[in-house]
Amino acid sequence: MVTARLLSATGMLGTGFPEDSLRHGLDMSPDMIGCDAGSTDSGPADLATGLCRYPADSYRRDLRLLLPAALSHGVPLIIGSAGGAGGDANVAWARAILEDVAQELGLRFRLAVIQSGQDKTWLKKRLADGKVHPLANSPAFDDAVIDRSVTIVGMMGAEPIIAALDAGADVVLAGRATDTSIFSAVPLMRGVAPGPTWHAAKILECGAAAAENRPAPDCIFAEIDETGFNVSTPNPMLRCTPISVAAHSLYENASPFQFTEPSGVLDTTKSTYLAVSDRVVRVEGSTFSAVGPYTVKLEGVQFAGYQTIVVAGIRDPVLIEGLDSFLDLCRQSIATRVVRTYSEVSADDWSINFRIYGRDGTMGRYEPVRDAVPHEIGLAIEITANEQKLANNIASIARHQTLHQGFPHWKGFLSNIALPYGSSNLIRGAVYEFNMNVVVEPDEPLQMFRTELVDITSTGSATASSRKAVKSA
Amino acid sequence: MRLRDIASLVRSKNAGPFELTFDILFADADRYEAVKRTGVIDAEYFATLFQLRPADVSIFEYDPAYAFKITIPRPVSSGSPGDGDVYGCQQFGPLADLDIPLEEAT
Repeated sequence: MVTARLLSATGMLGTGFPEDSLRHGLDMSPDMIGCDAGSTDSGPADLATGLCRYPADSYRRDLRLLLPAALSHGVPLIIGSAGGAGGDANVAWARAILEDVAQELGLRFRLAVIQSGQDKTWLKKRLADGKVHPLANSPAFDDAVIDRSVTIVGMMGAEPIIAALDAGADVVLAGRATDTSIFSAVPLMRGVAPGPTWHAAKILECGAAAAENRPAPDCIFAEIDETGFNVSTPNPMLRCTPISVAAHSLYENASPFQFTEPSGVLDTTKSTYLAVSDRVVRVEGSTFSAVGPYTVKLEGVQFAGYQTIVVAGIRDPVLIEGLDSFLDLCRQSIATRVVRTYSEVSADDWSINFRIYGRDGTMGRYEPVRDAVPHEIGLAIEITANEQKLANNIASIARHQTLHQGFPHWKGFLSNIALPYGSSNLIRGAVYEFNMNVVVEPDEPLQMFRTELVDITSTGSATASSRKAVKSA
Repeated sequence: MRLRDIASLVRSKNAGPFELTFDILFADADRYEAVKRTGVIDAEYFATLFQLRPADVSIFEYDPAYAFKITIPRPVSSGSPGDGDVYGCQQFGPLADLDIPLEEAT
């Protein structure tokens, strides 16, 4: 019977895991160690800037443990969506840290770096050839969107990772990849059934989130066989239960039953979850079917302006009761003062948003509770402009105007907002937005991704020839 | 009673940058089935709250975890300048307070 044993270090590289959990996981004889390292979840900035939201020190700590662990046990380490978002710059950021740790620890290994950045000319040709298809709730997609994108990546499936392993890679540092591909590559190479493989991968990519009430990021382990898989936590203080594992199919997924991968669809409609002990769960009944052509999902981001924020409190009960008309007065006064200072700036160059915490700061216009009058309001004045200096200056105008805006009830000169940070505005810098939700049909699964093989040695690194390495059984 | 009084977990989160998904979990089959029978977790509720058409709302009954899942298009994409909740994780407040027409004894 063909099996595969998979160890997931944690749900997101850089968020850590207990060293003891890793040791326990290694004692369970994994065939690979994997870690998801990026997501769109925190917004577009990581992909747009090429920077990772997790500190380099945390990344370094995790790699200092994972690299020697994998190498000393003779199993591959696979990191996907590196550097927070998997863009080419994110991968370069992660690679520098990884090579640095390798030098520091005197490690020798073959590294595969797989880039997922997409060529705009190629994408436009694909679009013209009818090979690009929109997903649900997709913004319009055309050449103009491609042109103004700061970065576009494709989400690789398991195939480029498998090819890297076939070429002898001990460590795979992949750009944007589906979370599951990180963990499905090794089992698929070994010929394990795809249904259990993709479902196990889906659970593993979040680390110990599928365990019951995990207090902090931690490892998780799966053993896959022909008919299903067993999932458990290396940390003996944690446990998986049928509910904790079943419930995990819900998290961050649009459907709990169907999960689309580049090569097909995982279906968990008939999956069953059974406790084989008070800590281990067996899952059976998951299926995977190829549906339609092989498709690669694109993620893209575009520039959306420069922002400066003013944070303030309001405790005047009169002002709170008349807040809407007060803010209308502020908007008019601010616009007038902006035009006075910047006669050449048009209304299209900037915008202002008053975010009103205590009323609808979180849900905006969808907030259904409209009749409550709080005793305090938290105000975030958001200025967005096409230049940072303009955003900063308009924020100063807005802050000053909102502070002293007169309104009918009180007679005299007013000061309306409690500023906790003096006259300091919070300069957010460039902001971005996701701008596409489409899949592309490549000619074959490796076409959209570029792999570089590097032999890391104590004296540095050298490009490797892609010969097949001899791996011990 | 309110949903928060009978559910073990109510949460919201992004499902990618363009969709928002809600999970409602119950501790056991009895509570889950009781709420199912009331029919109050429906597309109309979410369509009204988020100013959508009912056809835009996907509702799943996920028996293995005694849970409902509801997925809608995100009003604005995650992290775009107008977005007040990059993770989409604090959009379930009104849902937690939803009135469930059941007796307290359940």
